[in-house]
Amino acid sequence: MISQFFVLSQRGDNIVFRDYRGEVAKGSAEIFFRKVKFWKEDGQEEAPPVFNVDGVNYFHVKVVGLLFVATTRVNVSPSLVLELLQRIARVIKDYLGVLSEDSLRKNFVLVYELLDEVIDFGYVQTTSTEVLKSYVFNEPIVVDAARLQPLGPAAIFMQGTKRMPGTAVTKSVVANEPGGRKREEVFVDIIEKISVTFSSSGYILTSEIDGTIQMKSYLSGNPEIRLALNEDLSIGRGGTVYDYRSSSGSGAVILDDCNFHESVRLDSFDMDRTLSLVPPDGEFPVMNYRMTQEFKPPFRINCLIEEAGQLKAEVIIKVRAEFPSNITANTIAVQMPLPKYTTRASFELEPGAVGQRTDFKEANKKLEWGLKKIVGGSEHTLRAKLTFSQESHANLTKEAGPVSMTFTIPMYNVSRLQVKYLQIAKKSSSYNPYRWVRYVTQANSYVARI
Amino acid sequence: MAPPAQSQRSPSPSQPSGKSEVSDLKLQLRQLAGSRAPGVDDSKRELFKKVISYMTIGIDVSSLFGEMVMCSATSDIVLKKMCYLYVGNYAKVNPDLALLTINFLQRDCRDEDPMIRGLALRSLCSLRVANLVEYLVGPLGSGLKDGNSYVRMVAVMGVLKLYHISASTCIDADFPSILKHLMLHDSDTQVVANCLSALQEIWSAEASTSEEASREREALISKPVIYYLLNRIKEFSEWAQCLVLELVTKYVPSDSSEIFDIMNLLEDRLQHANGAVVLATIRVFLQLTLSMTDVHQQVYERIKAPLLTLVSSGSPEQSYAVLSHLHLLVMRAPYVFSSDYKHFYCQYNEPSYVKRLKLEMLTAVANESNTYEIVTELCEYAANVDIPIARESIRAVGKIALQQYDVNAIVDRLLQFLEMEKDYVTAEALVLVKDLLRKYPQWSHDCIAVVGNISSKNVQEPKAKAALIWMLGEYSQDMQDAPYVLESLVENWDEEHSAEVRLHLLTAVMRCFFKRPPETQSALGAALAAGIADFHQDVHDRALFYYRILRYNVSVAERVVNPPKQAVSVFADTQSSEIKDRIFDEFNSLSVLYQKPSYMFTDKEHRVPLEFADELGNLSIGEAANNVVPTQMVEENDKDLLLTTSEKEETKGSRNNGSAYTVPYDGSSTSVFASQAQIESAVSNPTLAGHSPQASFAIDDLLGLGIPATPAVPSPPQLKLNTKAALDPSTFQQKWRQLPVALSQEISVNPQGVAALTAPQALLRHMQSHSIHCIASGGQSPNFKFFFFAQKFEESSNYLVECVINTSSAKAQVKIKADDQNTSQDFSTLFESALSKFGTS
Repeated sequence: MISQFFVLSQRGDNIVFRDYRGEVAKGSAEIFFRKVKFWKEDGQEEAPPVFNVDGVNYFHVKVVGLLFVATTRVNVSPSLVLELLQRIARVIKDYLGVLSEDSLRKNFVLVYELLDEVIDFGYVQTTSTEVLKSYVFNEPIVVDAARLQPLGPAAIFMQGTKRMPGTAVTKSVVANEPGGRKREEVFVDIIEKISVTFSSSGYILTSEIDGTIQMKSYLSGNPEIRLALNEDLSIGRGGTVYDYRSSSGSGAVILDDCNFHESVRLDSFDMDRTLSLVPPDGEFPVMNYRMTQEFKPPFRINCLIEEAGQLKAEVIIKVRAEFPSNITANTIAVQMPLPKYTTRASFELEPGAVGQRTDFKEANKKLEWGLKKIVGGSEHTLRAKLTFSQESHANLTKEAGPVSMTFTIPMYNVSRLQVKYLQIAKKSSSYNPYRWVRYVTQANSYVARI
Repeated sequence: MAPPAQSQRSPSPSQPSGKSEVSDLKLQLRQLAGSRAPGVDDSKRELFKKVISYMTIGIDVSSLFGEMVMCSATSDIVLKKMCYLYVGNYAKVNPDLALLTINFLQRDCRDEDPMIRGLALRSLCSLRVANLVEYLVGPLGSGLKDGNSYVRMVAVMGVLKLYHISASTCIDADFPSILKHLMLHDSDTQVVANCLSALQEIWSAEASTSEEASREREALISKPVIYYLLNRIKEFSEWAQCLVLELVTKYVPSDSSEIFDIMNLLEDRLQHANGAVVLATIRVFLQLTLSMTDVHQQVYERIKAPLLTLVSSGSPEQSYAVLSHLHLLVMRAPYVFSSDYKHFYCQYNEPSYVKRLKLEMLTAVANESNTYEIVTELCEYAANVDIPIARESIRAVGKIALQQYDVNAIVDRLLQFLEMEKDYVTAEALVLVKDLLRKYPQWSHDCIAVVGNISSKNVQEPKAKAALIWMLGEYSQDMQDAPYVLESLVENWDEEHSAEVRLHLLTAVMRCFFKRPPETQSALGAALAAGIADFHQDVHDRALFYYRILRYNVSVAERVVNPPKQAVSVFADTQSSEIKDRIFDEFNSLSVLYQKPSYMFTDKEHRVPLEFADELGNLSIGEAANNVVPTQMVEENDKDLLLTTSEKEETKGSRNNGSAYTVPYDGSSTSVFASQAQIESAVSNPTLAGHSPQASFAIDDLLGLGIPATPAVPSPPQLKLNTKAALDPSTFQQKWRQLPVALSQEISVNPQGVAALTAPQALLRHMQSHSIHCIASGGQSPNFKFFFFAQKFEESSNYLVECVINTSSAKAQVKIKADDQNTSQDFSTLFESALSKFGTS
């Protein structure tokens, strides 16, 4: 049971504010914002998603820079409230097409309409985009998606690859297309976030894949969909002991564990690894899975730091892409903390480097290296010359690093989990909706120790 | 600096603050009010939008109330909704004007369109104006019978809203029993779920004054209701499933086959993508199996994978909520998770609050087989850019060292920390080495060699400096230059700001003196002189004490300062197992995230409905009457970490035994427990009664001697109570939970007392005059419940009393708990005597 719900902008302005029970004073949004903004004096630490001020519990999730907040005085289930906040954000996105401060401000009346139906007197009534359709009467005012920052993992599909219709993921579930008729289509995204830690000698210390099969359906008449996954897929490992040698090379895809959206029926899953479901409207995760099975990391990172004369040192970072050459990774960023007494860093890129930038962040003594794209099989090197303000006594490798990396690789997935086919129950012979199955791999925590 | 308040912000186009805008709007609304011109609705929409947006950003637009209501005569549903929203927000501050809206809302409640009916009913009930409740009863009654489920759904919540505005109106209209009927018969699951929410709230609130309500509340967790809901659970929305699961947690199955049935039925809920559903299911599993050790263990194994999956999927916020629960389970049963330690490794980009939980989990699961890898990982974090986390990682290494038998490798790591030459690393490591030496003195040679190389000038933090000085004193015979290091520290006495360090310095110099007298003598003299002149009281006192004991007898001084030491085997834990059990009982709630039981952060009026704990604030008579088993087994607490809560389970079981429905106990483990407990209490009561002077009272009364001025004849050493005793409610609550029942008995209340007890307050004043203070009271005739406390004169020993008085039977049930068990009999005598005088003076 929650008492209030509100959305704050990055500056702390109320964009919507709904009081359901009148138990918490009106000034709660300000109290909350002040607390979050000044959690610790040094500004070093983030406020946790849940905290208590004077008997009021504040829950918040951050979505595209906005703060979605709920308050209550009761000792409720925190995962219920946090899950709900996330879900409200998703429902709003389903309706507005794009979730941003701008779109929220333009459509706040519609958002109030939604909030009225989602929660009554603090109790959740429904978060189903489909059910809510019959209660929402405002037309969404669509904001131009092109001007916006990319949102979430699926957003990379907006970047104009030919195979993807540009407006697909930013389309509202209620807005009509200019032509009047709705386009029948369904999107299935396999999004994998990978975490890898390399030891200083290049061994893989830990690795994990957290995957989601996400669906967004614009199909009319709620047809049933069948999703077939790899036939050799198996779930659950004998114990959770890590063993990176056993399952090398090709072979079965073994998930440690997974969970499913409630619309998913698993009747024939044990037999032929097929999920059947009648997709609800809007975006939702069909299945979340977790894997610690060994996989080939897409990038190898090599880093060297050594003294080069008095008060000087040199850093060499090499990144090698170990995926096929028809695949291209984009928005790559490499970061490395340098010794605290570093005063200057000058960079040297490889000859003919395009779309790369380097930076030395003076404030937190960090080296940053950005690459627009890396083609599979290629290798890139960065050299940096550092100047120190004092002599280093200790081992330089204890003062710097680790190297961390973020990237996105479209149309590539490391787990080899696949959607073998996507079948839509046919209403008539002419009914042939568009189906989009897309893969993407992203770095969650990709770290090489030095 | 805090951000400026909203009202002080400079006006910008999106954030106007002025009054002129509002009066402008007022004018425009007036013009539109009567207009029937085409397109008028569109202009109204624009204006309404502006009003709502002002309202959102906190500008007071309540002055537009009249105009808004005038404009509300429309068929445009978007306009209607905006108007409802506005009215709901401001009706409370404009109760008179709110009356204006009743008309159109009531009319809309009878609209053809169920959507309009629902909307209007919801808005009508949201007005929160007490003098309008009479207008709610009619529409609510027909709403509950409406053919459309949306309207019924709204009406059910409307009943709850009405209850909060005027409880008596709601009860008088008999709405709760209609809800009960709907809950068990409606075809729409959301209607059912709303009924459940509303009834839980209403009956929990009513239970404190009405026995019937508390019976109804118990009936919610009766077998038929629970099974009815469980069998339909998949039809409910994921949120309503959480509600049902929450209710099932409170259900006490009759035997183990029932437990397995429920678990089998809910098994697939563990695969749900919604973390809230999974956690609620896990709570049911954990609660159901508390008394079945083997199964309970299996539950831990079973829930591990789903929990880990939830931690790694979803937003960071959701994963934090789940991780906190995983943390709780890991701390309770670390061995179950010892092979999963890699899941608790920190990722560089995680926020500190997540890393902190993970560090604690890593520390807890470390055992012989994984320690090497865990410590290696933790050492990586020691060089982390995030300094607080680096510090905590080092501390974690230290804690692991203290809990392991084979510390060989860890000591080397710790010593490496000392060589890293980062001041905060050195500081933390010094403190750890000191603790380590207290537990494993045999490592002193290796450690001292390294510690000896650290220059005290490089150590600034008081704790670390104190640790270093402690080691210098303790091991001065092994450290070549210890006397000289100490001497230089004494020379800089004035620059040492920390009293803790100066205290340690005094002791260290003393110790060093006994081991190497000639080299330390001058330093000792200087230290004592400086210490005696010190402005800090403790430092001054300690220096003076040392000085005098040295003058008195040097060998006595040596025995005091340098006694042979025993290695510390266990360091004190910070959190009591009582608190930990409380938190575990409140699984899937904020208690787990805050790592505090709910009574520490929730006001009593906002406790979750149906909370079973015997809370002070929850003075429910019905519950107390059923509560046959006193909480007398708390001391058996740390038998087995996994099972500690089973005692509470027993109490719960037996409590239900006395309630409206009877669960057939047929040889399951719970039933054995429950009946045992009852027998125990049955046996203990008469024996206690034998000791009590109750018998003599009865005789006194029979003889018609009136009220004896002093209680029993053989007056024990008179117990004196502190007249100004003070105890805050939270301490009381804590003590009440911790202490076993010392005495439990029934006392007769004399007729004058019964007559005087018209309200609880009367007794309070009386008891206070006997130095027995009331901390909470409640109830209505004939049942009253009181919590009293008293303190021994000039001692901080407390007595806690729970006293339930039934005026129709003229009996008082008294339970006494005491810090000092030996005197509880004396106190009981005093309490009885005080009670017996009630109404006569």
